[in-house]
Amino acid sequence: MALIQRSLFRFIARRGVATTESAMATHSTVPKMKTFKVYRWNPDKPAEKPHLQTYQVDLNECGPMVLDALLKIKNEQDPTLTFRRSCREGICGSCAMNIEGRNTLACLCKIDTNVSKQEKIYPLPHMFIVKDLVPDLTNFYQQYKSIKPYLQRSSFPADGKEVPQSIEDRKKLDGLYECILCACCSTSCPSYWWNQEEYLGPAVLLQAYRWLIDSRDQATRQRKDMLQNSMSLYRCHTIMNCTRTCPKGLNPGLAIAEIKKKLALSA
Amino acid sequence: MAVRKFTGLQRDVLHLYRQWIRLAFQKPSANRQNFLNYIHLEFHKNRDLRRKDFTTIEYLIRNGQKKLKTFQNPNLKNIH
Repeated sequence: MALIQRSLFRFIARRGVATTESAMATHSTVPKMKTFKVYRWNPDKPAEKPHLQTYQVDLNECGPMVLDALLKIKNEQDPTLTFRRSCREGICGSCAMNIEGRNTLACLCKIDTNVSKQEKIYPLPHMFIVKDLVPDLTNFYQQYKSIKPYLQRSSFPADGKEVPQSIEDRKKLDGLYECILCACCSTSCPSYWWNQEEYLGPAVLLQAYRWLIDSRDQATRQRKDMLQNSMSLYRCHTIMNCTRTCPKGLNPGLAIAEIKKKLALSA
Repeated sequence: MAVRKFTGLQRDVLHLYRQWIRLAFQKPSANRQNFLNYIHLEFHKNRDLRRKDFTTIEYLIRNGQKKLKTFQNPNLKNIH
């Protein structure tokens, strides 16, 4: 009799533990389903119009950033979802996209934990789309190439080694060299939207300025001449969308203003 | 006989087609037919596109121009 009682007691005790455990488990895994609406367009079926596809992601089982959610969707729900990504820490600039109406890097953008709101994800605005969230940046890179983003010198130090630079001169490059060319700023600029072919756009102009003020560069004259026309530089109307959107916290607007000042004072 | 008038987009498509045909004639004559077959196939694929489907047609023209640029490489001599 005692044996039966004991085993019964053990049974109840175990059950008790089990129920509290499961209760705890359900408590911590109340799914926080967040709705993502992602822009989809497939180049293999060009006659089909682009559309927004809805995905549900449980935020409890997902990393904090939008890129984590996108990767989770791609891994578990829809392997056809296409986007660029690489470093997942905001240094490569691959995952630039328009999240909740703001151009930013998906890897640096936290998911809004408010589950009642949907999160909309589009590719960078006013760019030709390759597929889904992948924009065609050929023109952007071509423009970057056109400003000759490398050191131009006719003479080199006698010892054939590095070209030295003072600490003050180096300091001028801070806030410029950090740019990762994610194209967030350029594609947020209305001027760039309307004149993509001729206007260089904030990202490229920031780089142009970076090479203009480099104390080691000797082609300042040619660089200035190249910008001295109505389209390349002066399509900037200080709208400042670039500075507001920059995921790296840089200020392309200021750099463009500095170029304008330089051109005005030198001419 | 009235002269046929084309819309801008139609002219763009015809221009693209002409560029492609000219490209085929710059390649070695032995392989010309391969290029022509390819061009005809690609243009036929989208024959049934609606005339007012502007965005799609514009995309296809853009894509065609891009492909044309790669094909213009003189090292490219034949396709299968």
